Amino acid sequence: MTIDKHSIWFLLNGEPVVVENQSPTRSVLSFLRQEKGLIGTKEGCAEGDCGACTVVIGELVKGELQTRTVNACILFLPTLDGKALFTVEYLRRMNNELHPVQQAMVDCHGSQCGFCTPGIVMSLWDKYNEYSDSDTRPDRQELADHLSGNLCRCTGYKPILEAGWKMFELPASPLSRQPIIDALSQYCRDSSLQLQHPDASFDAPRTIEELTTLRAARPKATVLAGGTDVGLWVNKLARPVTDIIYLGNVAELKSVRTEQNRLHIGAGVSLSDAYARAVEHYPQLLEMEKRFASVPVRNSGTLGGNVANGSPIGDSMPWLMALGAEVQLLGKGTQRTLALEELYTGYMQNSMQDGEIIGSVIIPLPVEGQQFRTYKLSKRFDSDISAVCAAFNLVLSDGIITSARIAFGGMAATSQRAAACEASLNGKAWNEETLSAARQALAGDYTPMSDMRASAAYRQRTCVNLLQRYFLETRLENPLGEHQTSVFARSEVTA
Amino acid sequence: MKATPHESAHLHVAGEARYIDDIPEVAGTVHAALGLSDKAHARITSMDLSAVRQAPGVLCVLTADDIPGENNCGPIMHDDPILADGLVQYVGQPIFAVYAESYEQARVAARKADISYDELPAVMTPEEAHRQESYVVPPMRLTRGDARATIDKAAHRLGGQLSVGGQEHFYLEGQISYVLPTEDRGYHVHCSTQHPTEMQTILCHLLNLRSHQVQVEMRRMGGGFGGKESQSALFCCVAALGAHVLGRPVKLRLDRDDDMMISGKRHCFIYDYEVGYDDEGRISAARVELVSRAGFSADLSAPVATRAVCHFDNAYYLDEVDIQAFCGKTNTQSNTAFRGFGGPQGAIAIEYIIDNIARDLDRDPLDIRKVNFYGKQERNRTPYGQEVVDNVIHELVAELEASSDYAVRRQACREFNTNSPILKKGIALTPLKFGISFNVVHFNQAGALVHIYTDGSVLVNHGGTEMGQGLNTKVAQVVAAELGISVSHVRSSAADTSKVANTSATAASTGTDLNGKAAQNAARKIRTRLADFAARQHGGDADAVVFSDDTITANGVETAFPQLIMEAYMDRVQLWSDGFYATPDLHWDKDTMTGRPFYYFAYGASVSEVIVDTLTGEWKLLQTDLLHDAGNPINSHIDIGQIEGAFIQGMGWLTSEELCWNDQGRLTTHAPSTYKIPASNDCPALFNTRLFDNQNHEDTVMRSKAVGEPPLLLPFSVFFAIRDAVASLAAYRVNPTLQAPATPEAILNAIDSVSTDS
Repeated sequence: MTIDKHSIWFLLNGEPVVVENQSPTRSVLSFLRQEKGLIGTKEGCAEGDCGACTVVIGELVKGELQTRTVNACILFLPTLDGKALFTVEYLRRMNNELHPVQQAMVDCHGSQCGFCTPGIVMSLWDKYNEYSDSDTRPDRQELADHLSGNLCRCTGYKPILEAGWKMFELPASPLSRQPIIDALSQYCRDSSLQLQHPDASFDAPRTIEELTTLRAARPKATVLAGGTDVGLWVNKLARPVTDIIYLGNVAELKSVRTEQNRLHIGAGVSLSDAYARAVEHYPQLLEMEKRFASVPVRNSGTLGGNVANGSPIGDSMPWLMALGAEVQLLGKGTQRTLALEELYTGYMQNSMQDGEIIGSVIIPLPVEGQQFRTYKLSKRFDSDISAVCAAFNLVLSDGIITSARIAFGGMAATSQRAAACEASLNGKAWNEETLSAARQALAGDYTPMSDMRASAAYRQRTCVNLLQRYFLETRLENPLGEHQTSVFARSEVTA
Repeated sequence: MKATPHESAHLHVAGEARYIDDIPEVAGTVHAALGLSDKAHARITSMDLSAVRQAPGVLCVLTADDIPGENNCGPIMHDDPILADGLVQYVGQPIFAVYAESYEQARVAARKADISYDELPAVMTPEEAHRQESYVVPPMRLTRGDARATIDKAAHRLGGQLSVGGQEHFYLEGQISYVLPTEDRGYHVHCSTQHPTEMQTILCHLLNLRSHQVQVEMRRMGGGFGGKESQSALFCCVAALGAHVLGRPVKLRLDRDDDMMISGKRHCFIYDYEVGYDDEGRISAARVELVSRAGFSADLSAPVATRAVCHFDNAYYLDEVDIQAFCGKTNTQSNTAFRGFGGPQGAIAIEYIIDNIARDLDRDPLDIRKVNFYGKQERNRTPYGQEVVDNVIHELVAELEASSDYAVRRQACREFNTNSPILKKGIALTPLKFGISFNVVHFNQAGALVHIYTDGSVLVNHGGTEMGQGLNTKVAQVVAAELGISVSHVRSSAADTSKVANTSATAASTGTDLNGKAAQNAARKIRTRLADFAARQHGGDADAVVFSDDTITANGVETAFPQLIMEAYMDRVQLWSDGFYATPDLHWDKDTMTGRPFYYFAYGASVSEVIVDTLTGEWKLLQTDLLHDAGNPINSHIDIGQIEGAFIQGMGWLTSEELCWNDQGRLTTHAPSTYKIPASNDCPALFNTRLFDNQNHEDTVMRSKAVGEPPLLLPFSVFFAIRDAVASLAAYRVNPTLQAPATPEAILNAIDSVSTDS
C-alpha cells in the first residue's frame, strides 16, 4: 500500500480512513463527532480531565497490538497516523448485541445520566481486553485505579466498579486482534508524515537526524509529544499553534534501556511506560505512578514532555532531581548531558538552546544505603495536581548521611532542591537532632505562594511535615511502615 | 416490585443516547459564544467589538441593546440580565454574544473584544455583604418562644461560627441550547433544562412572543443536580436571540470553563450559632444566623434560604428557636439550586452544634443526637409549625447502629489511635430528616399524557425531565403497573411544552411524586374505560376486571392486552388520556414562615469511618454504611443509585470540592483540573447501602418516597468522622474548628485548633 506523506492514515473502528485537508490541531473528538457523526464520544471538559471522551488507541509494538485509553479531546488528529482508533461504537459492531462490558454496566445500574458512560465503557473495555484471555481478572483496586481519569457525577462509582468485576462473568467477547494487526502492518511509511494546512504545518520525523534537522531549521516550532498540555493551548487559550514538530514517530525516542547503572528513558516514552520501568527499580514510586494525572493522560503524555514543560507543579521533577537524574539534550549533530536541576532557569523557562530537544531522561539506579521516598499532597487522590510534591533521597553509611538530595515541587517557580536542608544533613547522623536542624533549614529553603490548591502557610508547613514523615519511615530505630504514615497505604486498604 | 434498569441504560452504554449536542444539526446552524466580564463590579465605559465582528466566520455580534423584549432571565426577581447592560457584577458575566459559522470560530472571536471599565467596589464574601447589610432579598426570621431568654437560663450554653463552602454542579454535559426558528414566528427549542416551561416563559419575554409560539423539548440531560433549573435560561435566551436576529438555527454549547465561570453554584453559608442545653445534652433553645453567598442577583436564593431555615432542625426537636437567614449580595456568580436546595446547609449547622455539645459533655455524639430526636407523640412539631407524623428516625438509627457495629468500631478507633502516632481514625453516625414538596405551594402540581396505540404499545409523556435520576423509568413502571402490563410495553417520551403545559421544574425531589401520580391518574382513566368495555363485552362488574400479566380478565374471560386494546378501539373507546395531580393539604405563610410546607418527610442515617494523617491533613474513607428511607420503592436499584450517588456527591461538597476566587474576584477553580469532584478511588471499598423497610404514611405513588435530595445529607457522617479523628488529638475533649470543605489544609487547620486550644 502506498501511504501518501501528506495525508493521515489510520483505522477507525477497524475500517481504514484517510484524512486530508484537516487542520493539524483539530482534535480527534471534534473529528469523530462532526466529520464522522460518531456522537458516542462526548465532550465533558475539553482538557483531558473528565474522561467523557475516552477512546482506545491501538498500535503495533514489536508486532503485537498494544491498546491504551486516551482522551480524544486533547489528541490532535495527525497523531493517529498509523494507529487504530476504537470508539464506543465499535463495541456492538458485530451482532448489534451489547458487549459484556456494556451489558455488565446495564446489569449493575452503572449509568444514570449516561453522559460519562461511553468513556467509562471504553476504560472498562480496555481492562477487559487486557484480561480477556487470562484466567484472572482485575480486583476492585486495579479497576478503581484504571478509572482514575473517568469522572462520574451521578453514581458514586460503586456500580461501575461492580460492572468491572461482573463483565468477566458474561459470555466472552474478546477483541479480534489479528485483523487489526494485519491492517496496521500495511501502514508502513517510506517517508515521514508532512502536513500543510492554512492553520498549521505538521511534521512527524521518524529519525533523530530528521528531527534535529527540522528542529534546527524551525527553532520556534512547537515540539509536540503527548499533547496533554499543547492540546489545552488550543482548546482553552485559543492560542494559535501553527508550526508543529511531532516526536511520536521517532523510534529511537521510544526506547528504554539500562546502561551502566542508569535507566535511559527516551523522550517519546509515555508516562505509563516510563513509570512502569522506573517502578521496577524504585517501588517507592508506586503511589506516584497511580496519582500522576490519570491513566489516559499517562498513556498520552511523555516523561520527556513533563520534563521539557518544566511546570513547577509537575510531579516527576522532584523525584528525578532527588535521584540525581540528568537530561540528554540533542541538537543537530550535537549532544550534551545536563543535571536536571540545571535545565530550569525560571518559571517555565529552561536552558535549552535553539534547536535542542530532550533526547532522554537518565536516572541512576539504586545504590547501597539509599533511602528514597516521594510524596504528593493534593485535594484528591486521583488525577489531581500537587499542592506540594516532595522527594527525599539520603544515602546512609553506618548511620551517617553521606549524600542528601531533597527536592520539592509546588514550593517555588520551578521544581527545586532544598539546598539549606541538604547542607544541614550532609555528614550528620540520621537522628532526631539532625532532623530538627533539617526541619529548620528546610523552612528557609522556599517562599511558596498561595493559590487555589493550597495556601503558602500549608505548603510551608507540610513541606517540613513531609520531612518528618520521611524521617519516621527511614530512621534507624523503629522505622514506621507505610501503613503507619500514609492513609493511602495499599497494604491495609485492599478489601 | 422487580427492579427495572434505567430506560436508557442500553443506550447510555452504547453511546446511542442522544443529548442535545448529538442531535443532527440542521443545515445552516450557527454557533454562539459569549464574551465575558473581566471585572467583578464595574461600569462599562466603552465597548469596541469591531475585532469580534471582523473575526473569521462571524455572522453577528449582539449586546443588551439588541434585545427586543425584556433583558432578564431571573426566575423570581427580575434582576438577572441576560447580557450585561452597562454594569457588570461579576467576573464571567456575559456581556455580548457572538454568532459564527463554527463553534471554534465563535469561541476565538469572543476573545477579541476591547472593553473598558470604570471599576466599582466589589463585595467578595458573604461576611462582607452581611456587614454592609447588602442582600438580594429581605432577611427572613423564624422564631418560636423566646430563644434568647431560654439560652441565658440554660444549664449549659455554647456558641460559635461555622463556614460551609459552595459547590459546583459539574453535570458532565455542560449547558447547551439549540434553538430552531419554525414557521409563523415560532421557535423549537432544545435545551438541557430541568424547567422547560420556565425556558418557554423567559424566552417569550425576551422576544415578545406568546407561549404558544415556543415549544421547548427536552429528552434527557447529562446531569442537572439543580444547575439546570434556572441557570439554563441565559443560554437558551442567547441562542434564541441569535435565531431571532439571523433567522437561522443557533446552538450555544458552553465550554466547561465558561460554564463554570458563568453559572451559579450551591450557596456557601456562614453561621453564627448559640444554644442552651441541659446535662443530658438536650437542647432547649437555639439561635442561629445563616448568611449565604447569593451572588449578584436573587435567582433562587430566597427559596434556598427558606429551605435552609426549615431544615436547621434536621431530625431534632428544638423547642425554642430564633433562626435568621440573610442572602448576601456578592460580586460572584448568582448561586442557585443544587440538590438539597439549602436543606443540607441548614441541617449541617445543628449537627455541628450537637457534635460540640457531645464533646463538651464528654459523651458519644450519637447519644446527644438520640436525646434530641423528634418524638413520636410529643416534641413532634417543627419550628415552622408542621407536625411530624411519620417519624421513623429512632428505629432507623437503631437498626443502622446495630448493623454497622457502630459501638464496637468506635471503640476500635479509639484503641487504634492510642497506638498510632501519625494516623488517627474517626467514626460518626449522622441522621437525616428531609421535607418533601416545593415550599411554594402552587409548584406542587403536574400533568401527564398516556397514549395506548392499537398495537397495545403505550407512550407516556409527563411534565418532568430526565436527568439521570430514573424519572422516566419510574413513571413507565407506574403506568405499566396501573395497566397490568410489562414495562417493556411502555415508552417515555421527551418532556415537551407542547404536550404537557405549565409544568413545574423537575426539582425538590418531587419528580416521581408529582409526575408519577399524574401519569397514574391518566392511566387509571384509560383503565376505567377498558374495564367498562371489558365488562360490557364479557359481563360482570367493571370493578372486578383484573389487569395483570399483560392480560385483562373480565367475568372469567382472559383477553391479551393488545387484543383488548384493538377491540376497544374498534368499539370507539378513547385510548389516551390526560392526567393531573396536585399535592394535597399544603400551605405556607412566607411572612411568618409557618405552615405545612411538606407533604411528608424522608429519613436516613449513615455511619462513616475515616483515617486522617495528622502531618498533612490527608484522609481516606475506610467504610460507609447507609440506611435510607425511600418508602416503598418503585425501583429499589434506581433508589440505591440515587442514595449512593448523593452520598459521594455530598462527600465531595464537604471535602474535596473547593471554590476559590482570587483578589480580582475571578473564580480560579473553573475546570476539573482545579475543581476536584470525587473520583473512583474516593468510593470506599466497604460501602453498604440498604433501604429502610417502610411505607409512606401519605398516599404517594405506590407509597414511595422521594429520593433525589435527602441522601445528600448522608455524608455528614464523613465530615464528622474526620472531626472525630482530629478530636482524638485532644482526648476528645476539645472541639476542633473544622470548616467545610474539609480539604487537607482545612483538616490541618483543625488539628492546629485543638493543639492550640489544649
